[in-house]
Amino acid sequence: MGRHLLGAKQLSRADVERVLDHAAALDPGSSTDRRSGALLGLCFFEPSTRTRLSFEAAVKRLGGDAIDMGAIEASSVTKGETLADTVRVLGGYADALVLRHPSQGAARMASEFVSVPLINAGDGAGQHPTQTLLDLYTIRENVGLDGLNIGITGDLKYGRTVHSLSLALTNFDVSQYLISPESLRLPRSVRYDLDEAGASVTEHTDLESVLPDLDVLYVTRIQRERFPDEAEYRTVAGEYRIDAATLEDASDDLIVMHPLPRVDEIASDVDETSHAKYFEQASNGVTVRMALLDLALGGDGIFAEDDARSLAEWDDEDKRDERERNGGNQGDEREEER
Amino acid sequence: MSGRGGDVGNGQSDDDHELRVTKIRNGTVIDHVSGGLALTVLGVLGIDGSAGEVVSVGMNVPSDRLGRKDVLKIEKRELTQNEVDVLSLIAPEATINIVREYEVAGKHRVDRPEEVSGVLSCPNPDCITAGNEPVASTFDVLDEGVRCVYCETILGTDQADLIDHVDIG
Repeated sequence: MGRHLLGAKQLSRADVERVLDHAAALDPGSSTDRRSGALLGLCFFEPSTRTRLSFEAAVKRLGGDAIDMGAIEASSVTKGETLADTVRVLGGYADALVLRHPSQGAARMASEFVSVPLINAGDGAGQHPTQTLLDLYTIRENVGLDGLNIGITGDLKYGRTVHSLSLALTNFDVSQYLISPESLRLPRSVRYDLDEAGASVTEHTDLESVLPDLDVLYVTRIQRERFPDEAEYRTVAGEYRIDAATLEDASDDLIVMHPLPRVDEIASDVDETSHAKYFEQASNGVTVRMALLDLALGGDGIFAEDDARSLAEWDDEDKRDERERNGGNQGDEREEER
Repeated sequence: MSGRGGDVGNGQSDDDHELRVTKIRNGTVIDHVSGGLALTVLGVLGIDGSAGEVVSVGMNVPSDRLGRKDVLKIEKRELTQNEVDVLSLIAPEATINIVREYEVAGKHRVDRPEEVSGVLSCPNPDCITAGNEPVASTFDVLDEGVRCVYCETILGTDQADLIDHVDIG
C-alpha cells in the first residue's frame, strides 16, 4: 500500500479498519492542532459541495489549512494547462493534494507526477474511495461490517460511489445485492474485479423481492442524461424510488444510505423514519476525512506499514511535543519535513 | 501424428509444400496465426501493400497444432517490439521468423507481455489518456483482454474490439 489513495481496490481490510478505528477515536466536532502548519491542496476540476467542504473542514479541524485552486474558469486550466502540470505545481505548494476530475483515471495519472500524498475525491465514473470510507464507517457504526446483506441500487454503471463501495465490501463478510435497470448494471471492469475478489454478489432488477432480506440499502441517483428520452427516464427512475411505504416491507433494523445529493429517489417521508442514515453519513465525512488526512499528513503515506501507530500513540506524541516545546525544544522537525 | 514441429522453414514439411508461393529474401514470416486472422494481423500492423512491399498470405493452411492456421510473409519488414506486443494479443500462438538472404536468421514465439504501452488507445472517451496529458496509454494484459491502467476499462482482444484501437507509432 502506498502513499496515495486512488481507488477502493487498493484497500485491504486492515487499511479500512485502520482509518475507521482512527476516525472512531476522534471526537466528532472537535479540533486539535495535531497537523498545525500542514497545507492541503484542493484541486477540484468538477463542482463539489460536500466533498470539498468536508476536506477543508477536516484539515482545519486538524490544525492545518487548505489552499484551493478555485473554479476552473479562473484557473490556468482554461489556458490549456495539462492536469499533470497543474498537480506538479500544486504538489510543490502543499503537503497533500485532493483531486476531483471529470476524467476516469485522472487520480492515477496525477499520482505519477507528485511526490506528496494524493487523494482521489472522484474521477469521472471511476472511483470515489473517501466516500467509501465514510460509507463503511457509517455502516460499521450502525450494524457492524460482517454478516450483512447490503443492497445497492440506482445507477450502478456510472456511479463512482457504487464502484468503490462494492469493491471495498469484498474485504468483509457481506452479500451484495445489486439492484438496477438492465441498462445501468455495473461496468465490466468492476464486475471483473468483484469476480477476481470472489465476492458474493447477486444482480436484480426488482427491489421489492430482496428488500426484506437487507440490512443496508444504499441508494444512488439515476440521472436524466443516462436515458435517451424523458419518458423512459421517468418510468425507470420511478421504479427505484424509495418512500416510507416502500420500507414497510423492510426489516425494522434496515438502514438507508445515500451519498447525497438526492433529488427524489428517496422521498422526504423517509427522513423521519429510523431507517434514514444519510445525513448521519454525510456528517461522518468530516470525521473520516480527518482520520485519513491525519494519516496522510503525518507520516510516510496513508497506508504505509511503518505508519501504523494508533491515535493514542499520536496523542502521546503530541503531549511529548508540547512538553518539548515548553522546554525550549524547537519542535518535531521530523514532522515538519514532510 | 506427424512428429514434426510444424514451423515454416523447418525442413520439408507439409506447410512448405502448401506454401511454396514465394520465398522472401529479407523480411518477416509470421506463422501459426489462428486460421482466418491474417488480414486482421495485416490490418493492425498497418500493412496494406500501398508501400509496394511484397506480401504473401496463406489462409486456413492445415496445421497440426492449430488445425487451421494463417501464414504471412512480408518482404523488407522486420517487426518492432510494439508491433510484436500487439501481435501477441491477437495471435498469442504466433511464431515470428526473421529472414535474411533467404535464410531464417531468427525464430521466436511471441511472448504475451504483462503490460503494453503506447500501442493501443483507450476506447473510453472519458479516460484521462484521451486528452493531451503527457502519458502513454498503458494496458495490463489479462487472460482474455487488456485493461487500461488509468481508467480500468477492459478491452477484449477480439479483433473487432482491438483493431480500432491499435495505435502503433
